[in-house]
Amino acid sequence: MATLRLEVVTPDKTVVKSEVEMVVCPGVEGEFGVLSKHISLLSALKIGVLRYRISSKDEYVFISGGFADVNNNVLTVLAESAEIACDIDTARAQNARERAEKRMAVQDDTVDAARAEAALQRAIMRLNVAVRR
Amino acid sequence: MPSLKDVQMKIVGIGKTKQITKAMNMVASAKLRGAQNRIECFRPYAAKYHEVLAELSRKVEGNAHPLLTEHEEKKNCAIVMITSDRGLCGSFNGNIIARGLRLAKEKTQAGMTVSFTCVGKKGRDAARAAGYAMLTSYADRMGSIDFPLASAVALEVINGFETLAFDEVWLVYGEFISMGQQPPRGFCLLPLQTPDEGKTETPESSGPQCEYLYEPQEEQLLAELLPRYVKVQIYRGLLDTSASEHAARMAAMDNATRNCNELITALTLLYNKTRQASITSELIDIVGGAEALNG
Repeated sequence: MATLRLEVVTPDKTVVKSEVEMVVCPGVEGEFGVLSKHISLLSALKIGVLRYRISSKDEYVFISGGFADVNNNVLTVLAESAEIACDIDTARAQNARERAEKRMAVQDDTVDAARAEAALQRAIMRLNVAVRR
Repeated sequence: MPSLKDVQMKIVGIGKTKQITKAMNMVASAKLRGAQNRIECFRPYAAKYHEVLAELSRKVEGNAHPLLTEHEEKKNCAIVMITSDRGLCGSFNGNIIARGLRLAKEKTQAGMTVSFTCVGKKGRDAARAAGYAMLTSYADRMGSIDFPLASAVALEVINGFETLAFDEVWLVYGEFISMGQQPPRGFCLLPLQTPDEGKTETPESSGPQCEYLYEPQEEQLLAELLPRYVKVQIYRGLLDTSASEHAARMAAMDNATRNCNELITALTLLYNKTRQASITSELIDIVGGAEALNG
């Protein structure tokens, strides 16, 4: 099968760098799949799961939002943080989830609701990815 | 003439100083390696970001986003100054601070009110001493810099810029060029300059430029990209300053160790001279005494 190059980079490291068969990205306007020889594309990503297929096996990566750039058969994902399923710290994500939920439960002006919600979403997504390792 | 004991004490004391400076040199070199590593890891991200943004900004009109727009009236200027938390690294912090204060002076002369946001104790203290307003300062964070720190700083200045609290934001930090070169660098962070045209105008390598698909619209995408670009710039400043600090400290401690060695050589010479002088004077006494008895 024709492959394309996938690179997932964060400010701290390059998380994934390999030839893959297919990638499914969590775009802000819905999920989209990228196969080999895709047209040039630049899309914003939301917090979610990036799935890619390598030698007929699916791998999952958590993405905390960012951008995907497809050009010349290379898909580059720029994310502030990204973790492959097996690297996710489940306990930490669980803690983060509880913390965020608690913060959302308190309804007053001192809590930044948008931030708490984003944190909650990140935690839930991390946990979702973690179970797929 | 110092007594033998005084000289010996001094030699021992300098020997101990030398041990400390040597240890600091080694610690700095280990930390520098770590910092350089992080810069290496960050480079692909920054490079790709530049590329994407350059590509996009070619498609979009100049003033498509508030962060790109110059304010008509320039009254307030914020300077983000990144220095180290600790001293003993030669003129490194001094250079950055001098650069920052010079910039502040220029802006004041141009009729703007200058305020500082500082990362690192040294810069904070200097800006405070010079009597400038302090927005926020992050002390004791240079040992543990991470992207969230850059985000926090970036969000603050972006908010300020968008609410017209500042009309210009500058970033001053210690650029890391090589082990021997860490010049201070200052540049205008906001309004944003999109990645230089020069780079994007290079001969189109991929033949006929194919049309990009954008999702969502270009303008919205730009609105997502630009604030993050500010974070990327600040993060780079943090990483560079941290690497530069360790490199500067290594050089300073290397010098200090060498000076200790020189001092010890000089003092040992003095010690031997003093010892010989005392022996000679004792001999003269003895010989003189013997002569007197014989006489």
